[in-house]
Amino acid sequence: MAKESIRDKTAIVGVGCCKFGENWDQSPADMIVDAAYEAYADAGIEKPQEEIEAVFTGSLYTTVGPHECSDALKLFGIPVTGVSNYCATGTEALRCAVMSVAAGLYDTVLVVGYDKPKDRGVSGPSVMLDGVRSLPRTPAGWFSLCAATYFKKYGAGREDLARIAVKNHHNGTLAPNSFLKREITLDEALGGRMISWPFGLYDCAAQTDGAAAAVVMRADLARARRDDAVLVKGVTIQSGPNPQKDPSNDFLSWKPTAWAAEEVYAMAGISDPSSQIDVAQLHDCFTLTELLSYEDLGFCPKGSAPDHIRSGRFELSGDLPVNTDGGLKAFGHPTGATGVRMIYENVLQLQGRAGDRQIPDAALALSHNIGGHPTVCGIAILGLP
Amino acid sequence: MTGITHYAAYIPPTRLPVGARGNAPPQPGGPEKAVAWNDEDAITLAVAAGRNCLRGIDPQQVDGLVFASTTHPFQEKQAAALIARALDLRRDAHSTDLGGSLRAGTTALRTAWDAVEAGSSRTVLVIASDCRMAAPGSALEANLGDGAAAFLIGNQNVIARIEETHAISDEIVDVWRRTGDPFSHSWEDRFVIQEGYAPRTQEAVEGLLAKLGRSRSDYARYVLYAPDKRSHTGLTRALGVQADQVQDPLFGRLGNTGAAFAPMQLVAALEEAAGGDRILVASYGDGAEAISLEVTEQTRKTDPPRGISWHLARRRPVPSYQHYLESRGLTPHEWPGSDGPGLSATVHFRERDDDISFRGQACRKCDSIQFPAQRVCETCFARDEFDPIRLADRVGRVVTYTLDFFFPTPDPPTVVSVVDIDGARVHIQVADCPPEDIEIGMELEFSFRRIHEAGGRPNYFWKGVPLA
Repeated sequence: MAKESIRDKTAIVGVGCCKFGENWDQSPADMIVDAAYEAYADAGIEKPQEEIEAVFTGSLYTTVGPHECSDALKLFGIPVTGVSNYCATGTEALRCAVMSVAAGLYDTVLVVGYDKPKDRGVSGPSVMLDGVRSLPRTPAGWFSLCAATYFKKYGAGREDLARIAVKNHHNGTLAPNSFLKREITLDEALGGRMISWPFGLYDCAAQTDGAAAAVVMRADLARARRDDAVLVKGVTIQSGPNPQKDPSNDFLSWKPTAWAAEEVYAMAGISDPSSQIDVAQLHDCFTLTELLSYEDLGFCPKGSAPDHIRSGRFELSGDLPVNTDGGLKAFGHPTGATGVRMIYENVLQLQGRAGDRQIPDAALALSHNIGGHPTVCGIAILGLP
Repeated sequence: MTGITHYAAYIPPTRLPVGARGNAPPQPGGPEKAVAWNDEDAITLAVAAGRNCLRGIDPQQVDGLVFASTTHPFQEKQAAALIARALDLRRDAHSTDLGGSLRAGTTALRTAWDAVEAGSSRTVLVIASDCRMAAPGSALEANLGDGAAAFLIGNQNVIARIEETHAISDEIVDVWRRTGDPFSHSWEDRFVIQEGYAPRTQEAVEGLLAKLGRSRSDYARYVLYAPDKRSHTGLTRALGVQADQVQDPLFGRLGNTGAAFAPMQLVAALEEAAGGDRILVASYGDGAEAISLEVTEQTRKTDPPRGISWHLARRRPVPSYQHYLESRGLTPHEWPGSDGPGLSATVHFRERDDDISFRGQACRKCDSIQFPAQRVCETCFARDEFDPIRLADRVGRVVTYTLDFFFPTPDPPTVVSVVDIDGARVHIQVADCPPEDIEIGMELEFSFRRIHEAGGRPNYFWKGVPLA
């Protein structure tokens, strides 16, 4: 099949993102309105009720469904669809929007990702218990299962992980809407209380409230609207087996990421991601997830990530900066919003609007979501015309 | 000839020093007792003892299970049916719960003996197990221990022939626990011993000797239930038997394990017995009961079981008395345990082969083994082409692991592993393994444990434990 058929068919003409954090005084509707109206303004949309033709909304924790979004924005009489695909929900919502516009059904659609985990009365991710043999289990307990194996095979250790946390905390201080704005030292990162070995507190993303939005438009119409409209080069979702019962899993990489990368690079016409991609937002739910993703995405060979981390390659001054806004670690992780927040950051980077964290001359940007045990990966690639 | 053909025990590895208090690490070397940890109860101890007893035996040949305990977690719901599932017994093996009295363990032995003697069953598994709780700081607390014993009763290759039994029942309120009571109560101990335990047990022993026309010296071993060491010594004197005839009751090492106490001492006696030895077992509770056994030469032909000495050598001192209280749910918490509707009973029902029997499946097309049961093969994608296969008795290998500091347990972290069982991958907790000991490639066997209490009910699944 012609993977490249999606390339450059659609563009992002506006993005918005509310302040991520413990938004005790904001309802989901408040955050959705903040993000969507910022995106409207960015896109030059003055009458959303007339211009938005469909909405794709992503939330993992909503108990209300897509109506929560259409009611907040008073978008009625159009299709409003809620999607859910674990922590890749935000990228999934974008993908559905892009496909609907590329198919020619709509000219202008809105993507909204949001979640409000801080209304649940618990700190950290939910402890899921859905079967007799399902232990009360946490995402930290799933994602840390690659550590013992990776450390043993490649001689890596907790310090390699801690460097990622230090980097992302630093980047978070430069992003106005990020949750954590505090530099940390390597010793602090290593000294946090243990959550699920080898993950200490600073290896875990900050779960926050938040919402992000993007307006997706037919590429030819987008160019008429603004010169710097960012093109969607490719967007995909790949499902994978449950790594905990997959008989062939080596616990050195997450299969869906490698599969999604292969597909999205074909869509975008990328042959050497390591040199072609200028900036990337990776799913650092845990530091090790970011480390493995460097390799699974082809940024560096398997087993070499610790060397590349130590060289500073993924820092703002490196040749492939990753998580320029602090990532899930410091910007925050409202599950359904995260994929869309990454789109927001990549659009700002490509348009030269990223302030103190701006990567010079960024022309091709990747965003990556991973979710489930992990059992799904979503990747979107944006580029300048 | 009907009698014991196989036997074994289970003692939880955790040991609580008698007299331990507070957060201080207990002093080693003094008297201690075996205590079930928070993932163990009378059911899991019973399954462990039953599996030890059935090592190398096809569980399908067992015709029935008699389970004795005063601490089965349910008032209404059979324990034996659950234990039979976990042991993978035949569905038409009869299952019976006995409880209500501390002599339920010996009653279970007699019941099984009766069934085989009568010819209604060829092979009956007997398991006695107890996890009684004493109020913190009470006199009882120093004496109660947790453990289980299991015997296979049959008429082929008998190790110890059951010759005769004698029982008397009595009405007395001496030791009791009402429905819903967490702790055992006791009337004044002088009354309990002088009017209850000592004379009634003596009466049962003497009644049995009279029935058989035997004298005290005809027995190599007396296995005597006793609530505590002092009353055990008193009964021995009253009976007039020599010290070398008396089985060590293991106070200070095991503790009084209730309905399992006399049966566990019998296991210890059988471990040391020679062909021709006679053993007299006596237990007490609302009356008393005595059983006479004669050890056969078959005992020399059997491998040493996972019995009392095997388990006593495997001990983990409790980190502190406070940890013990936590593990038994005896400390107040801001939130009660998991309540709410909890787990779906229909899901539990559908998954009972996976969760209770720990069955996986073998693909008929590609031979791969997988867990849990699923419709489409994980490896070759064949649909509905599987045979069930029991994983519980296999050995697994640690593929990877993590140490979970969030899982609610009295002594975090919890070791969690992905284990490979002949190709099947299972995400499973590891018990009885210090966090510093877990490593990739380590071999594990499997142990049936109480996994959580979502819904206010005990829920069971298997855990890995280091291969013994």
